[in-house]
Amino acid sequence: MSDLSPTRSPESNMDDSRSEADAVSMPLIAPLAAEQQSVSIETREVVFDLKDINVYYGTALALEGVTMQIYKNVITAMIGPSGCGKSTFVRSLNRMNDSIPGFRLTGNALYHGNDIYASSVDPVEVRRRIGMVFQKPNPFPKSIYDNVAWAPRILGMRSGLDERVEQALRGAALWDEVKDRLKRSALGLSGGQQQRLCIARSIAIEPDVLLLDEPASALDPIATASIEELMHQLKRDYTLVIVTHNMQQAARVAERTAFFSLEVSEGKRTGVLVEYDDTTKIFTRPSDKRTEDYVTGRFG
Amino acid sequence: MRRHFGDRFGDGVLFGLTVLASLVAMALIVAIIYQVINGASLAVSTYGLSFLGHTTWNPVTNTYGAGSFIYGTLVTSGGALLLAAPLGIAIGLYLSLLASRRVGAVIGPLVELLAAIPSVILGLWGIVILGPFLRSSIESALHSALGWIPLFGQASLTGLGLFTAILILTIMALPIIASITRDLFLSVAPELKDGALALGVTRWEMVRGVVLSSTRPGIASACILGLSRALGEAIAVLQVIGGGSQSLIHGNLFANGDTLASRIASQILDNVTKLQTPSVFYLALILLVIELIVNLAARWIVHHYRLPDQAAT
Repeated sequence: MSDLSPTRSPESNMDDSRSEADAVSMPLIAPLAAEQQSVSIETREVVFDLKDINVYYGTALALEGVTMQIYKNVITAMIGPSGCGKSTFVRSLNRMNDSIPGFRLTGNALYHGNDIYASSVDPVEVRRRIGMVFQKPNPFPKSIYDNVAWAPRILGMRSGLDERVEQALRGAALWDEVKDRLKRSALGLSGGQQQRLCIARSIAIEPDVLLLDEPASALDPIATASIEELMHQLKRDYTLVIVTHNMQQAARVAERTAFFSLEVSEGKRTGVLVEYDDTTKIFTRPSDKRTEDYVTGRFG
Repeated sequence: MRRHFGDRFGDGVLFGLTVLASLVAMALIVAIIYQVINGASLAVSTYGLSFLGHTTWNPVTNTYGAGSFIYGTLVTSGGALLLAAPLGIAIGLYLSLLASRRVGAVIGPLVELLAAIPSVILGLWGIVILGPFLRSSIESALHSALGWIPLFGQASLTGLGLFTAILILTIMALPIIASITRDLFLSVAPELKDGALALGVTRWEMVRGVVLSSTRPGIASACILGLSRALGEAIAVLQVIGGGSQSLIHGNLFANGDTLASRIASQILDNVTKLQTPSVFYLALILLVIELIVNLAARWIVHHYRLPDQAAT
């Protein structure tokens, strides 16, 4: 549990785990690095090991019995019809649901082997490592520079702040568009630029995982394409989980796809994980009839 | 497709009534300002600007000056703002972000009810209960412990004075600041709060960095409204501040003072000498100018905190 102790140690633990992981997995991945899709998923390090996750809002069971593993440096997509609990599930992975009255989670949610819902775990520290980008771009009403620099400043990453901001903006493929107006308000950017700024803001604190909750659903097709391209670049350094209602998007960006569905029994609607597999398999040879109906457009 | 006469008539009446109402409001403002200036003209021509610096007001000796009251107004309103702003913002934060729904539903209306107490009742409470209580407890304790600081001098016999007035004005400004800032903080988009929390900052850091910083102009406006309330309050201050015809400029918070508004209220019906009523109008003119300056300052603050590009959104 030392990995998630409620102390602020921005650069220490995470880098250890990353370099350790590289040492273990490099020999296996290196020869195949160019063609990542063909790497057997079982050789990847597991970031999230989720067992029998149930989510309740009050007495209502919103999500039932989700068991899955999320792998390092892989883009994992969550698809499914509205209300199937995919957003709820992803928001549970960095404890963003804590503030919702009545929220309760049971089961085992292990992040690098640590239970993120253990009583000794500080949710603030969980979110430090597991960043999130939301459906609606939500830049702070501050300058572009301060949007990115705000969290690093608070978290004690003050040295080389200018470089850190530049790196984050480059990482989010936004630097060239904003480098001449860093002191201008972020609210003057376009929607797509704002969303990339939010991604820059998230990666500026060097998280381990980036959760993206329908990050492109409020954007036009061109901005969407740039976000998708960005995700491909980001997966080299981060583990990405994306919620999307857009199946083509899942097919384009994700290596692994989880299909969630809505079970209705006795008037109660509960989300369940139907199938979780390689994206190509989900879209070409799904093993569950419900998945097939959904991806072929017969339902949802 | 001809328009009905009734429609045209209705439109015309609506337009006429709204224009009329706006014109009446404008005419009233102009008339009041004109009459205040007109009423003060004799005093203005007699004393000129030296009226502002002259510190005694004694109808018996026919000496009038606003110095003591300008000082008292600034001290009491400034003091009330210093106390009410942090308290009010704290209440606003608690009610909007921290309190559970049930607790908020009880405390919120209670705070607003504080604003519903007529000021004359608050003043009465100040004379009978708060003043004597302050004199025997806080004022004497502060005087004996920190008496070497001029602010904490000998308490007046009645417990009435600047400090009591500051507290009464604080109670009046508090519900204004608390309820406005509460609504302001509630208006901060939940997405912004989530966005901040998702970066691994604590709740307090989120409040400071996102909620408070994005509402700064609004907080300033709330404080200015509270300040305006304090500046203009006459009756409750008159009841608790003590007053006097001697110079009331001194460092001792626990001694008598007086404000522009309170002096206007107490003097307007007296007419001992020819210059008294014009001098009261002169006080009113000064008070109007102070309020005007405060409001302009508020506008400047709101404008100043805007980033480029933000105005367009």
